[in-house]
Formats: sequence, C-alpha cells, structure tokens
Amino acid sequence: MTLSAKRSLTAYTFLALPLIFFICVRLGPMLYMLAMSFTDWSLLRRTYKFIGLENYRKIFNDPVFLQALGNTFRYAVFGAPVVIILSLAISLLLDSIPKGKGLFRLIYVMPYITPVVAVSWVWRWMYQPPPLGVINELLGWLGLPAGEFLNSPKQALPSILVVNIWVELGYCTTIFLAGLQTIPKEISEAARIDGANGRQILMRITLPLLIPITFFLMVMEGIQFLRIFTQVYNMSTQAMGGPLNSTKSAALYIYQKAFTYFEMAEAASASMVLFIIIMLVTLLQMRFFDKRVNY
Amino acid sequence: MSFKEVRMKNKRKFLFFLMVSVLILASGAQTVTITYWQYYYESKVKLMDELIKKFESANPGIKVEQVTFPYESYNQKVAASIPAGEGPDVINLFYGWLPTYVKAGYLAELPKSEFSKDYFSKNFYPFVAESVQFDGKYYSVPTAVRTLALFWNKKLFKEAGYDPNIPPKTLDEVEAYAKKLSKYDARGNLIQAGLAMQPNGQGHNWIREVLFRQFGNTPYSPDYRKVLYADENGIAAFKWYTDRITKDKVGYPNFATDDVTAFKAGKAAMNIDGSFRIATLNAVKDLDWGVAELPSHKGIKSNYASFWTNSIVVGTSGKKLDASIKFLKFLASPEVQEIWLDKVGELPASPSLSDKYKNDPVISPFLKGLEYAHASAFVDEAGQRNVLVDAVDEVVLKKADPAIVLKNAAIKEQALIDDFWKK
Repeated sequence: MTLSAKRSLTAYTFLALPLIFFICVRLGPMLYMLAMSFTDWSLLRRTYKFIGLENYRKIFNDPVFLQALGNTFRYAVFGAPVVIILSLAISLLLDSIPKGKGLFRLIYVMPYITPVVAVSWVWRWMYQPPPLGVINELLGWLGLPAGEFLNSPKQALPSILVVNIWVELGYCTTIFLAGLQTIPKEISEAARIDGANGRQILMRITLPLLIPITFFLMVMEGIQFLRIFTQVYNMSTQAMGGPLNSTKSAALYIYQKAFTYFEMAEAASASMVLFIIIMLVTLLQMRFFDKRVNY
Repeated sequence: MSFKEVRMKNKRKFLFFLMVSVLILASGAQTVTITYWQYYYESKVKLMDELIKKFESANPGIKVEQVTFPYESYNQKVAASIPAGEGPDVINLFYGWLPTYVKAGYLAELPKSEFSKDYFSKNFYPFVAESVQFDGKYYSVPTAVRTLALFWNKKLFKEAGYDPNIPPKTLDEVEAYAKKLSKYDARGNLIQAGLAMQPNGQGHNWIREVLFRQFGNTPYSPDYRKVLYADENGIAAFKWYTDRITKDKVGYPNFATDDVTAFKAGKAAMNIDGSFRIATLNAVKDLDWGVAELPSHKGIKSNYASFWTNSIVVGTSGKKLDASIKFLKFLASPEVQEIWLDKVGELPASPSLSDKYKNDPVISPFLKGLEYAHASAFVDEAGQRNVLVDAVDEVVLKKADPAIVLKNAAIKEQALIDDFWKK
C-alpha cells in the first residue's frame, strides 16, 4: 500500500463513524417515518395497517395544517432575508470601526448563545400588556397606545419573528465578520489607489466576494426559519401556537399531532411534507446562487 | 374407634395441618409488587408514599411502587408506555382521558364482583359512576373530586367599598361588582381585573356546564354525543361571557399572564377556579381571599365537577390483579378520602363525608357545588377545550359575532365527537 492510499484509508475509517451514526440516527428513522406515513399508526391502537396516501389527504384537508404551512412560509420569507441584510449591514459597520470591535461582537452574539427557551420567555414577559410588559410601559411613556403583540392574531407572528431575527443576528454577524476578514486588504487598497470611492469598493469588491458566505447563510437561515418551533412553543399561551393558530408553525403542528393527539402517522406525513419543502427551498437556493458563486 | 384408627386420624390431621401451613408460608413469602403511576404534584406524591406504607402494613405480601412523571408529559408517557407493555399496574388518569384509553383497550374492566353498581351508588356522587362507565362496564374509581367556585379578594372588595365578607350571589351581581372592581390607567388600559376571564383555565368549563345551563340551555344530549349549545339561550350565555370582555372590559384572556397569576398577585378581584387551587392560594402570603358558591342565574345553580381517577392497566393478571384491586379499593375508601382532603385539598368523592365539612368556610362552597355538578363526558378533552377557547378568542380578538362563532364552534365540537365514535 502506498502512503497516500494508507492516508486515505485512515481518513475513510474516521469518516465511517459519522456515516454509521448518520445512517442509524438520521437516515434510518427518516425512512421508517416515510414508511409509517402510509399507515394508520397511532399510539392509541395496538396494530397498524397500510392506508396509502390517506394521511396526506387528511392533513391537506386540515385548515390548521394549511395555516401552519402558511405561517411557516411567512417566518422564512420575512425572517431569513431580514436577518441577512441586517447582519450584513452590522458586520460592515463593525468592520470599519477601529476600536471596540470585540465588545460589539460580543453584544451581537449574546442572544445567539443564550438558550432559546430563556430568550423566548423573557420576550414573552416584555411583550405583556400593561401594567406588566416593559415594552408597553415604554410606549406609554412615549405617549403611544399599548400594543397587543402576542395577544393579537395579526401581531403575534411578527412579534415572534422579531425575537428570532434578533437571535439569529448574532450568528450571521459573526459569520459575515469572519468572511470580511478573509477578503485581502490589498484588493481594496489597490482599488482605492486607482481612484475607487467607498461605494464602488463596497459594490464591486466587498459584496461580490461575500457572495459565497451570503449563500451559505441564506441556506442555513432558510432552514432555521422553516423549522421554527421553540420560540412559538414558548411564546404562545399553553404552547398552542395561538392566538387562533396565528403563530403555529409546521413543526409545532407536527409536535401536537404526535404528542397531544398521538396520531403518529399523521405527524409522520406532515414531517415528510415539511422535509420536502425544506429540501426544495434549499435546492432552489443552491441553483440560484451556484451561478454567481463561482465567477 | 381403635387406637390405631385414632392414630391414623391424628396423623391425617397433622399432615393436613402441615400442608396448610406450608401453603400459607409459601404464599406469605411470595411478595407481589405492583406499580402505581401518577403525575408529580408534591402534596399528592408525599401523601401517596404515606398511604402506600399504610396499605402495605395492612396487606402483608403486597408491595406498591410509586412512579411519577412531570404533569406536562404525563399523558404522553402513558400513551407511549402502555402499548409497549411498559406501563404500570395501577394508573392515575384524568377522567376526561378515560374514553380515549378505554377505546384503545388499555384499561381493564373492573370486576363486577368488587365494583358493582351498588358499590358506586352507595359510595360516590352520581356523576362519578356516569363518567367511569362505558357500555355498562366500570373502568375506574376515584379518591377525590373537584368543583368550581367564586374566589374573591377581600382587600380589593374593601377598596371598592364592598363588604369584604359578602360576595356577589348572582350573575347580575357579578356583572355589577366586576365593573366597579376594575381599574384602568390614564390611557384606559386595564390594570386591575374585576373578574378574571381565562377560557383556557376554568373559563371553558364555566361556560360549558354552568353558564349555558343557567341561561336555559342544555349543552349536550344526555349521552354527550350531540352538541346542543348553539341555540338562542346558549348564544345568550356565551354572549354574557364575551360581553364582560368586549363591552365591560373587566378582564381578558391572559391578562397578567393568566387568571391564577393575576389573582395571586392581587391584580384580579374575582376569579372562577377549582378546589385544587386552595393549597396554592393558601401558600400566598398577604392574600386575603374568600370563596363562595358559583353565582346563580334566574334561580338556576350549576357546577362543573372533574376528577383524577385510578384504573387498572390491561394485562395485569393473577396475584398482581388481586393486589391491584385491593389497592384501588383502599384508595377509594372513605378513610383515604378524608386524609386526601386534609393533605391535598381535593373533595371526598363520597357524599357520606360531606356533612362533616358543612361549616368549613373554604370547603363547603365546593361541596355544595357537588350536589348539582355535571362532569362533561369529554371524548377529546384537549380538542373540546380548544373549541371554546378559540370561540372566545374569535369574538374578542377578531370582533366576530358571538352567535355565528358559537354555531361554528358547535359544528367543530360535533365533528370531534363524531370522529371519536365513528372509528
């Protein structure tokens, strides 16, 4: 055996472990779930049988599931782009300040490293109606009318979205900052000598070079927002995704089907639907960005 | 009788004696262990440990092992364990879950020899037998029951100029009291609720079994398979409830987190809550509260009763079954019921004990409620609760017409019930 063959064998051996892990705890259960989604499996029945696409028909006829899917799209469509744009702006600003970069970075990353459950509950309290909620107290001082926030079917979803954006900002800012540091200073210096202004450097050099990172974050954040669960679970009354299902995400719907109603097969089919959606969105983003990344 | 014959007889006697004693010894040495599950509620768990000791000393040869789970995941744990054969022998369940588990075939029928119709009618309030019986078979027997009552904050009553010891007695009085007891800030935001309005607490039960009936409606057919509350009277009752929120603004869902928190913090002057709250409120320092029978309306009194109840899990057999039956009977005995009231604060499930607490200012309003209480026969407790909770939200948050909302709610709840019985 040659040295390089030996090396690659070692590498494969080490890589095999995660592969086995992946097959056992990801792929296996996923295939099992796919199979189960065609049965009438329920925790409240001792036996189950094949019923074809019945579960899929059922959930797509369930207005609550459709609403949950709609909510999930709203989380992703508004959440991911806003996070990316804001964090890009923040990291560009952070990159241009000479002092206190570390401190600011810490401030932005704090929400991300705080447990989501804690973050959710603190925000839930801050959103409370008067006389308890801090935000409404503030609005009162400013002479503005009190907001309903989590108690209103219209405002509840944006209210939860804001919290998630705030949390994700920390992660995206950190990644963008790292990306900015990989851009060689020489390029922008050379451009400056050639007479380029700040705007031109930003539009022609910095942003194009950040596209691979932006693409990565788009995919990650898209997935993150499509899977939103913990925030909704903790910020809606009795974890119901209310008021009136206005904040219920697909993930919460799946959870409730499985663990409140014990309809495991229906939950499995809803999981498949969510899985396919995430898959499609990710593939679409890859297609779209692929062309621009490798220029 | 010859000497020999006598000897033979003695020998036989001796042999018989030997055999019997061996049998007794053998059975005594064979301890049978049964497992009991309930959710974790400190006072209940501690008391159960004591009761188990008591039971074990009265029944040598039987050991009981108590296992508890957090309340939030209890139902999940039960549903996941029993079909896997990892469940307990005796299990504590909310009565509203019984239909689901009985239908799933997870609970054993209680033997008629031990738990006869007579046993139930002699020892329990009528709604108990109705709620634990399916197709003429009994599946469960409780220790304690709970009802609703009106809690009021004496200090806030005094502040509003009311006699702190005289609570409102009718819905009309409650309406007037609640208005006067509500406080608002300069911008008109509610800062003190006259009456806590929490449909997802006990509010939905108050509407379902009390308000509907008081406005002249019968919410369900006798077997609870037909939803009947969407008539003129039912709508009037529902509107009375939502008007307190939308018109009088004396409270709203989730004000100060929820009704219990608001009442504990002195931010709600009145609340409709259950007897299970007594211990919680007793633990709050500087909270001077009273409790009264639910307000009546047009002379009609009604109440909602509910209970946690003990069943035997299917598959329990032989000595374990015998031991489980003994344990179930022990838990349902008047003796245990009395200790339960004392330590946990839940009401005895047997009417025979009610006389003793006739004059107890905290217990008696709940006991009186038991005399005319209804225990809704839920088939999907979470789902049916949600229907009414959402209905109130539709009116409050979306300004929908209560009549239309209630009619839709009835259709939705009927669908849940039909779905359950169809399968």
